[in-house]
Amino acid sequence: MSYQGKKNIPKITSDRLLVKGGRIVNDDQSFYADIYMEDGLIKQIGDNLIVPGGVKTIEANGKMVIPGGIDIHTHFQMPYRGTTTVDDFNQGSKAALAGGTTMIVDHVIPEPGCSLLEAFDRWREWADEKACCDYSLHVDITHWNDSVKQEVETLLKEKGVNSFQVYMAYKDFYQMSNSELYEIFTFLGEMGGIVQVHAENGEIIAEEQTRMLEMGITGPEGHVLSRPEELEAEAVFRAITIASQTNCPLYITRVMSKSAADIISQARKKGNVVFGEPITASLGTDGTHYWSKNWAKAASFVTSPPLSPDPTTPDYLNTLLASGDLNVAGSAHCTFSVAQKAIGKDDFTQIPEGVNGVEERMSLIWDKAVVTGKMDENMFVAVTSTNAAKILNLYPRKGRIAVGCDSDLVIWDSDAVRTVTAKTHNSAAEYNIFEGMELRGAPMVVICQGKIVLEDGNLHTVSGSGRFLPCSPFPDFAYKRVKARKQLAVIRAVPRGMYDGPVAEFTPMSRGATPASSARTSPTKQIPVRNLHHSGFSLASSQVMQHGPPADDNPIRPGGRRIVVPPGGRSNITSLS
Amino acid sequence: MSGIGYQGKKSIPHLTSDRLLIKGGRIVNDDQSFYADVYVEDGLIKQVGENLIVPGGVKVVEADGRMVIPGGIDVNTCLQKTHLGVTPVDDFYQGTRAAVAGGTTMIIDHVNPQPGDSLLEAFEKWQEAADRKSCCDYSLHMDIPQWHEGVKEELDLLVQEKGINSFLVYMAYKDLYQMSDSQLYEAFSYLKELGAVVMVHAENGDLIAQEQSKILDMGITGPEGHPLSRPEELEAEAVYRAITLGNRVNCPVYITKVMSKSAADTIAQARKKGSVVFGEPITASLATDGSHYWSKNWAKAAAYVTSPPLSPDPTTPDHLHSLLACGDLQVVGSAHCAYSTSQKAIGKDNFTLIPEGTNGVEERMAFVWDKAVAMGKMDENQFVAVTSTSAAKIFNLYPRKGRIAVGSDADIVVWDPDRTRTITAKLQQSAQEYNIFEGMECRGAPFLVVSQGKIAYEKGKLHVQQGTGRFIPRKPFPDYSYQRVKTRDNMMGRQGVSRGMYDGPVYDVPATPKYITPAPSAKTSPTTHQPPPIRNLHQSNFSLSGAQFDDNIPRRSGHRIVAPPGGRSNITNLG
Repeated sequence: MSYQGKKNIPKITSDRLLVKGGRIVNDDQSFYADIYMEDGLIKQIGDNLIVPGGVKTIEANGKMVIPGGIDIHTHFQMPYRGTTTVDDFNQGSKAALAGGTTMIVDHVIPEPGCSLLEAFDRWREWADEKACCDYSLHVDITHWNDSVKQEVETLLKEKGVNSFQVYMAYKDFYQMSNSELYEIFTFLGEMGGIVQVHAENGEIIAEEQTRMLEMGITGPEGHVLSRPEELEAEAVFRAITIASQTNCPLYITRVMSKSAADIISQARKKGNVVFGEPITASLGTDGTHYWSKNWAKAASFVTSPPLSPDPTTPDYLNTLLASGDLNVAGSAHCTFSVAQKAIGKDDFTQIPEGVNGVEERMSLIWDKAVVTGKMDENMFVAVTSTNAAKILNLYPRKGRIAVGCDSDLVIWDSDAVRTVTAKTHNSAAEYNIFEGMELRGAPMVVICQGKIVLEDGNLHTVSGSGRFLPCSPFPDFAYKRVKARKQLAVIRAVPRGMYDGPVAEFTPMSRGATPASSARTSPTKQIPVRNLHHSGFSLASSQVMQHGPPADDNPIRPGGRRIVVPPGGRSNITSLS
Repeated sequence: MSGIGYQGKKSIPHLTSDRLLIKGGRIVNDDQSFYADVYVEDGLIKQVGENLIVPGGVKVVEADGRMVIPGGIDVNTCLQKTHLGVTPVDDFYQGTRAAVAGGTTMIIDHVNPQPGDSLLEAFEKWQEAADRKSCCDYSLHMDIPQWHEGVKEELDLLVQEKGINSFLVYMAYKDLYQMSDSQLYEAFSYLKELGAVVMVHAENGDLIAQEQSKILDMGITGPEGHPLSRPEELEAEAVYRAITLGNRVNCPVYITKVMSKSAADTIAQARKKGSVVFGEPITASLATDGSHYWSKNWAKAAAYVTSPPLSPDPTTPDHLHSLLACGDLQVVGSAHCAYSTSQKAIGKDNFTLIPEGTNGVEERMAFVWDKAVAMGKMDENQFVAVTSTSAAKIFNLYPRKGRIAVGSDADIVVWDPDRTRTITAKLQQSAQEYNIFEGMECRGAPFLVVSQGKIAYEKGKLHVQQGTGRFIPRKPFPDYSYQRVKTRDNMMGRQGVSRGMYDGPVYDVPATPKYITPAPSAKTSPTTHQPPPIRNLHQSNFSLSGAQFDDNIPRRSGHRIVAPPGGRSNITNLG
């Protein structure tokens, strides 16, 4: 009996369950079998199972039984300028369960300058109190220094966090410089973490935003005009370059545009370890609504990166998801009320960013990808559940129907048709960006932690029953390749004789020729960083002018490096063959 | 011959040999080839055709059916670029001699001021040196070592009065020349207004700095550290970013020194999507590769050091030639920047200090011929395009340069496709003691070079005069790149949506944006990461009471405020 962590969860008698007559669909195969669950775990799978008497039996009637969905990207109860998103962990996880998702992974967002650990604890507290399904946490790195580094290490080693998000956008706030990104990637690559990246070029966005506002564009259309998809693709490209340099697995959150998705799939073809996460919104709708005459409607679509105004985007992203070029579908569920969105009624840069999608995620993919014949049911399981579990290092506990796995599963009704509307959805938001959309495919029964939480259209959730699942570092799914490459990528110096020819005289401080700088130019501050071209490096005294073997005082030579005389002998060194 | 100097442009005596008839050649322009004679007088092409009527006593050159092509234009030389106070061994005299010997009759050199220097002063210094020494016509690119407000005024002057229309910005050389993305955006925007071509040195300097310190820490100090710390991915990344910036600003972008397959591919893809971007491979990247950085001979390895580095992938030259042939890359430069071995040895204990630059001005045309035309990748017209015509078009010299036609400058090369030479430092014009192409055999060479209407190279001998080169000013807004840019500017009028004012409830944002109890952890440093007083996207002092932030932004005159169709109260409903 596992009542982990939770102080007082009442014992529910119905935790022995038999699902009969279903077709089990995992990411690798589908087969007909019954499933017997006990104590929140799958105990038996097969035909004609021998089970204790009096077990509650659910007739699946040949319908698909799939692993419960994992929504790898949510923002429940997210604080924002003194308010919080309208869906707290209770409301949000209810919506998740209603849509067939039995686990969520939320983002911890510490304010820049604040402690990551404190923020993590706060999120844990909120979620433990209210979440109705199991959850894990990503931690966002919103600033970078040595103490943050220590905290990240603690989170990785002791707190069960293996994925950290960094931002390439939000200039002067969350945004990291390329050098900082390099350091973070290097560090996480060594520690076995997954780097998640919010990929948009924040510097250019800042310039474009100023330009838009100067042009008098203040409405939500300014949001997408100032964040064209090129800037997303550029940042994705840069993030992939840095990850490849540092040999660190990379995860791009919120793939919103065709060009960003293309960059990811190209990089994967070149062998980069990179994962792309489209979200419900980018898979289901597009950015044309930013031009809606209804301000509140237009504002409800505001999220970053923005939805692409190209209406062929959802179709394209679904195709890449089906082909495996994109790997996981999240929702980035982050709901604000219209009144909260209206903070930015006179300036689009002030509109709180976020869209709904946790409830619609699975149905939408079924409708847009499986029903249309792009994707088979096994791939559907992979992108909605299994791949997420693998990246989080929770596989096979989550994301698979097999003996010993958590009994999070969904009986999926592929024929059900629902119309999405804010009137009936489980989110507290008063709008739904998918309003009026007809979706085929819906969960018929949802079983979470071995208990029935959705049946006959009724939710039976218990606030606070969700457990925190710690994720361990070095997930095989990403790190097997990375580890192998690390062993290969040993760089060696060329053993060659010392150069003993003449050395030209030069000025160590490389102020060009005339040191008379114009009065017009700004007096530049020389930052005391190691400088590649003009540095304090001085060759005075022993080393330079001395011909012959000078450099016994050379500190840079590695211990194991043998200095050999080249084949032709010393005097040959300066001649060119 | 070269000793007979008539220096100082003002008083060049009328040479008798400036009337010239080239007979029996096949004229090859970038668009067509045809047999015709060319008559040259006063440095200009006066007649093209058969059976020309020319004055008596004109010097006649028999081309014997050889190709007659426009003289090459080398768009990238650095003949006076100082590094740590040392100046390249090839100055404007040595450098242009080498150029002419290779069939190049015009160079565009980079003015390379140091951060803090006046651009105008640097320009004058370069111009003065070139006027004194150059043996062929020249023009100048201006490098912008640093972006700040004061630069703008100088840029105005350079474009409007000095005849400069191309400027190089750096994405590499952290803490020295490198610009941030915001600065690049501003620089691009400003240069676009001036009608200039933005040239970019594309490498990610931040990452290079990280890699350099990593590699030095590993104890790698030799030239192999140079390519190891500057992998071609960093070049491709910067190219991609530069193109993105160019697209946003809608300005032409010119990538100098395309050294790797991935950078070239990035350019080719962007062009297919419609970006106005040009790519310039150089002699070195077209003819050799980066495997030599691992040479056991330090001096040899160091000779190849240039940035971006030569790619260690030996299939690179072939790939770049293919892209050049199909038009995905447009211009061939040389990036000729010749340092002697003792100058290179400044970095003998630290590869980051090795002066960067390779030779190539003399070998440029021959290598394109040998590796692309003689291999059947490229035809002779495209050869003319990439070695001369495209450069003239991009930098607004066309049709004065880059074409054999009546009225164009008499910069003409009679090309001998069958001559085979072996490249060696012993026979080169450059003052360098080595040649990175040493020992390579090369088909194709100039048979005769006419520069400014005078024979400058004939039968293997140079007849050039120091100081005869003229500065060729270039006007802004070259059609070749700006026609499209202008049309797009007109197309891209952006408009806000005219909608009713939102009149629903608005969440009241507290004046202090910090929502967390303002007790920052003792662990975090209190100094850094205090948001600077700039407009901040998430937390601001934005307040809805009293004056609105946009009170002082005039509403666009055309912006009608209309009630939406459903009437006012409908606005907050979601349909």
